[in-house]
Amino acid sequence: MSFLGKLTLESVPYQEPIIMVTLAVVAIIGIMLVGLITKYKKWGVLWNDWITSVDHKRLGIMYIVLAFVMLVRGFSDAIMMRTQQALAVNGAAGYLPPEHYDQIFTAHGVIMIIFMAMPFMIGLMNLVVPLQIGARDVAFPFLNNLSFWLTTGGAILINISLGLGEFAKTGWVAYPPLSELSFSPGVGVDYYIWALQISGIGTTLTGVNFIATVLKMRAPGMKLMQMPIFTWTCTWANILIVASFPILTAVLGMLTLDRYMGFHFFTNDGGGNAMMYINLFWAWGHPEVYILVLPAFGIFSEVISTFTSKRLFGYKSMVWASGAISVLGFIVWLHHFFTMGSSANVNAFFGVMTMVIAVPTGVKLFNWLFTIYRGRLKFTVPVLWTLGFMTTFTIGGMTGVLLALPGADYVLHNSLFLIAHFHNTIIGGAVFGYFAGFAYWFPKAMGFKLNERLGKAAFWCWQIGFYVTFMPLYVLGFLGMTRRINHTDNPDWNIWIYLAAVGAFIIFVGIILQFVQLYVSFRDREQNLDTTGDPWNGHTLEWSTSSPPQFYNFAKDPQVSDIDCFTDMKEKGEAYQRYESYQPIHMPKNTASGILMALGITAAGFAAIWHILWLAIAGMLGAFVVFLFRAYSNDHDYYVQPDEIARIENAHLDKVARGRI
Amino acid sequence: MNLAHTTPGNTSESLIASVKSYLVGFLLSVILTGIPFWAVMTHHFDKPITLGIVLVTAIVQIVVHLKYFLHLDFSKEGRLNTFSFLFTTLIIVMVVGLSVWIIYAANDLMM
Repeated sequence: MSFLGKLTLESVPYQEPIIMVTLAVVAIIGIMLVGLITKYKKWGVLWNDWITSVDHKRLGIMYIVLAFVMLVRGFSDAIMMRTQQALAVNGAAGYLPPEHYDQIFTAHGVIMIIFMAMPFMIGLMNLVVPLQIGARDVAFPFLNNLSFWLTTGGAILINISLGLGEFAKTGWVAYPPLSELSFSPGVGVDYYIWALQISGIGTTLTGVNFIATVLKMRAPGMKLMQMPIFTWTCTWANILIVASFPILTAVLGMLTLDRYMGFHFFTNDGGGNAMMYINLFWAWGHPEVYILVLPAFGIFSEVISTFTSKRLFGYKSMVWASGAISVLGFIVWLHHFFTMGSSANVNAFFGVMTMVIAVPTGVKLFNWLFTIYRGRLKFTVPVLWTLGFMTTFTIGGMTGVLLALPGADYVLHNSLFLIAHFHNTIIGGAVFGYFAGFAYWFPKAMGFKLNERLGKAAFWCWQIGFYVTFMPLYVLGFLGMTRRINHTDNPDWNIWIYLAAVGAFIIFVGIILQFVQLYVSFRDREQNLDTTGDPWNGHTLEWSTSSPPQFYNFAKDPQVSDIDCFTDMKEKGEAYQRYESYQPIHMPKNTASGILMALGITAAGFAAIWHILWLAIAGMLGAFVVFLFRAYSNDHDYYVQPDEIARIENAHLDKVARGRI
Repeated sequence: MNLAHTTPGNTSESLIASVKSYLVGFLLSVILTGIPFWAVMTHHFDKPITLGIVLVTAIVQIVVHLKYFLHLDFSKEGRLNTFSFLFTTLIIVMVVGLSVWIIYAANDLMM
């Protein structure tokens, strides 16, 4: 084995002009960013205030930045697939050769689920959950920083695969035997394995961290059944993370042993059973979709109750419906592979369970409708996303119940009907939810509101673009078109394929408008400042802080006696109190340990992909040494002194007083 | 951050109570291990009954360990641990049990 393992200069795909142009553009943007940061002398700020930060709010913002970057990457893949299919009709070859196209649809799935939706969800959770429960940070702030950098490490690996070697050509599920060494000898599947493994460990740690946070760090007086609904749905999602991500870790570990050590867990020969991979993958994969969508349900609940100025209808049923979904989410996974050919009884059981899980989801929908009923709904951007969700997700849910019939599934399995269904639920459910949450909490995070007009325009592009893209896919599914097709030769399909491509471009406009919205809102921030910290007349504790919140969140622990705690405070006249004196606040110090450990582990992952033994050892050893230093150092924390707290609090309260006149 | 760490069990009464709990658990475990040993060594019962005894005492011993060694109970402080244990058990039983069913059923059809 050579010094660089399998890595040679030929690993760079020079022959692919599309990739080379992409790399050039990325390089130019990168150089421009580096230049700008250097010009404005922001390297210190970047390192001290962001990269090494253990502040949950800053980590939340960094997660969301990561999600937007990966959204651009994942959406580029999407639009390339749509245009390829639109060009490659009537037997034409299109512009993407099959081996490149296969990598694109795999990367699209992995990126959108693992590196766009998950960081977006976890980012919003980081930003909001500690504030909602009146805590000063999460239970383990350093672990939180490490989780973020592990997630980013996975994202970096998947992006390196673009310019160095290849990505998996297996589809985002990487089923064996195709993903085994005998059929995928390249480094693509190894990139897949290590990117998912490293970010998956980060996600598991996040789950542990947030469960400990909500159980141990709630403000005095806040009972579990008084936690804000978004915190509750995140908690259920975290329970799902802790219960299901180890399955992914184990199944990827077994695939790793197969590929690296000649094991036979899932191979065709040697007594392997590929079906076990499919089974275990979805035992993680199905809870995963609820991990994505439950926090979104929480966001819709917050948005609807805030913008109707009403208490959420059926808080308790909402909490228990989420719980029911979490448990039932663990006994429906076989519906992803009805056609594997287990017995009729097995298929019937999982079919029925799948239909049952639609019931608690229906309960939620009615709760939102009843909350709107007789409320004064304000049609703000978050509300538009919510209403868009309520219609779109209902359609997605109904096609899901159709697919839950094993008989129907045998016809529709792996057809574009399925693709339309899960985009219908993930975009219409999870992504719309994150965008609603993004618009809703943006002023809290950044201190100024987003531009409403551009936000509405972006919403309508997404909403219309969604229907124009995915409704034709339902039709194509009925017409018998299967997923992951590189080129087609069926005149009946053409019109629908063209329509879907048009839809993708409408969504493209929507994404551009979102970035324009960010730019315009930042440019005009002086006119949109949120001085009170409570721009929407919110119900929950995060709105009682300034915008952006003080780094210690709360100068004094809030006393909680109601679900809508901040509304309760405002009604009793307890909000915006000035205190005579403050106690010192105990805060965690920033640390470089998180990024250094993640750097070592990511380097080890890269080394494992290319079989560079020395780098793998060095990376893991480096991470371990950093961990030891961190574990044996006592320099973790400091106290914020009362006079500094008083200065910050008084400045905030003065601003509030001016803003409220 | 709230650093009010309280270390449970550092008073003398709770120390005695926890020693007592470990002793009771140890005694019960010895008895529950002794019974199946005795049943197997002496061939006092038929094979199916012996197997049944081993199984039942094993399960009872799991519960004894959980209660006396891991201190899982339904008191206000212990409830969270107990519920997370029960939830974990439920998920493992469901995932493992259903997986076994799925793979066996699929295998049967391929024979």
